[in-house]
Amino acid sequence: MILELSNIYKTYQQDALEVPVLKDVSLSVDKGDYLAIQGPSGSGKSTLMNIIGCLDLPTSGNYMLNGTNVLTQSDNALSEIRCREIGFVFQSYQLLPGETALHNVMLPLSFAGVPRHKRRAIAEEALKRVGLGERMHFMPNQLSGGQKQRVAIARALVNDPNIILADEPTGALDQKSGAQVMELFKKLNEEGVTIVMITHDSGIAAHAKTIKYIVDGRIYDREEDARHAIVEEEQSAEATEAEEA
Amino acid sequence: MIENIILSMRGIWSHKLRSILTMLGVIIGIASIIAIVSIVQGTNRKLEKSLIGSGNNVVSVSVLQENWEYDFSGGIPSGIPVVNDASIENIKNIEGVVDACKYHTRQGWNQVFYKDVGLSYGKVVGINPGYLNLVEYQINSGRDFAEEEYTNGKKVAIVDESAKDMLFNGENPVGEALEINGEPFIVVGVAKNLNKQQEEYESINDYYMNSYSSGQGQIFIPDGTWPIVYQYDEPEAVAIKVENVKQMQSVAASASDELNIYITNMDGYKYGANSGDDTESLKTLTNAIQLMLVGIASLSLLVGGIGVMNIMLVSVTERTSEIGLKKALGAKRRVIMAQFLTESAVLTSVGGILGIIVGIGLAKLISTLTGLEFAVSIPWIFISVAFSMGIGILFGAMPASKASKLNPIEALRRD
Repeated sequence: MILELSNIYKTYQQDALEVPVLKDVSLSVDKGDYLAIQGPSGSGKSTLMNIIGCLDLPTSGNYMLNGTNVLTQSDNALSEIRCREIGFVFQSYQLLPGETALHNVMLPLSFAGVPRHKRRAIAEEALKRVGLGERMHFMPNQLSGGQKQRVAIARALVNDPNIILADEPTGALDQKSGAQVMELFKKLNEEGVTIVMITHDSGIAAHAKTIKYIVDGRIYDREEDARHAIVEEEQSAEATEAEEA
Repeated sequence: MIENIILSMRGIWSHKLRSILTMLGVIIGIASIIAIVSIVQGTNRKLEKSLIGSGNNVVSVSVLQENWEYDFSGGIPSGIPVVNDASIENIKNIEGVVDACKYHTRQGWNQVFYKDVGLSYGKVVGINPGYLNLVEYQINSGRDFAEEEYTNGKKVAIVDESAKDMLFNGENPVGEALEINGEPFIVVGVAKNLNKQQEEYESINDYYMNSYSSGQGQIFIPDGTWPIVYQYDEPEAVAIKVENVKQMQSVAASASDELNIYITNMDGYKYGANSGDDTESLKTLTNAIQLMLVGIASLSLLVGGIGVMNIMLVSVTERTSEIGLKKALGAKRRVIMAQFLTESAVLTSVGGILGIIVGIGLAKLISTLTGLEFAVSIPWIFISVAFSMGIGILFGAMPASKASKLNPIEALRRD
């Protein structure tokens, strides 16, 4: 088990009001898995992604990542974990605009303390792996959206992380580029890379080996249950409105 | 680290105008400090040269009365013996002393005449063998005193170039007769001061200082002849050549101690270096002025530092998403800290280097306009660079710490 979330709650404090975002989320990912977490906007999937990515800590629950209890780590230790265990792929690529593709990919290597003279070769290898061997010295603004996302994937791969965490990886891409990225994910997964992908798009989620559904802060294994939850939610909302009226 | 420096340089270059404006405070501060220090150091060096040594590394100790050179034309106070040869040997053995030689001197109005021309404020010097060499005078026409002339009371004289100009109107004086204190002397030679540089008169101050120290012409006579013109048993002064200008003060003090052993007079007469003390007090004054001006200039550095802090805060805000991304990708706090600290340190260091260039230019300009001398001080250049770098680190610390504590989620959410 690489990643195990159990009974995760996340509550945001909004003035005096407590807003529960994640409710009793339990989730586990094995090595070599390709998991999609699908849910509509406002379902808490971004919060879940932040927690899985060690960018945010849950209010309560337990999170073991590759044998480490994430909840007890310091800010610096979390940086270390993100550096070694997780490769991020963001919807908006998040490349540094002033750096070449190669230098963008080299960035996490410097955080991991890889000696300078070795970084270049590793980054070049990662770029070749995503099919961008020819465009290593291009600036981000000289690349198409799909190419940018592939640079971002190369960057995510470069420290050889235990999981790739992708947040709406095709959200900013056209159909064709999106399909290419999905193909790349499939290939990487076949090579043994563990992938967790978060999306609202059922078409994209369908590329994964496993799909889980998140609605209103709760995780469901089956789509029907999730649909049911949505209907219930709507009904209860209507009921409250009626009551108030 | 090197990567960070290169990145910072690139950042500075890509925001040229902003960087220059930010650096301006540091540039002005460092430039003023360098200009002030250069002028003050130059003036000090000039003082050292013109007052104590005239460039020949010679310091003189003579009998002082309340720190002023005593004029023996007023009679010899009791209890002050002539300088004995053992003392001269002892002085020669003081660390840093190259040579020492005793002499008599008298400065005053119209004690020397050629026909009806008087030497208005000339100096008569009773010299011993080796004196001319020690004070770096060279016979350039006529001859030096013969060995026996130093002791046999022969009335011969050597004049220096200023005396030649004033008394003889520049004509060759060798063989002419002079009158010193009423006694006739034959001029046998002309001596030239090897250190006298005409072009050093860059201002009226220089001229005054030079005239004061070397007098309006000097007449050298054998010391053995001195009692014939003036008086017997007059205590001598001692000219001491040192290896290094900086040793003058300490050597003069040691030599004075040696000579003072023999003084039994109770009225406060003692040996000391007169002009050397003047230099020291003037240097103390100029150093005090330097300290004050540098203090004022430092205020501008403080203001510059605040400017740097301000721009670094702006830079942190501008680059929130970059910082957030780096943190998300695993950058630790110190990596972010180092990036911003390097940036502000590089910014102020570049400012400091520009300030040094501007400051030296400014010193040169002041020097040309006022005739003051300037000396570029290497230690101060290093101090300035280190200081401006320190300002960058000091005032960059707060923005850098702020950047390092950014929450990556907040930072990434911005765009």
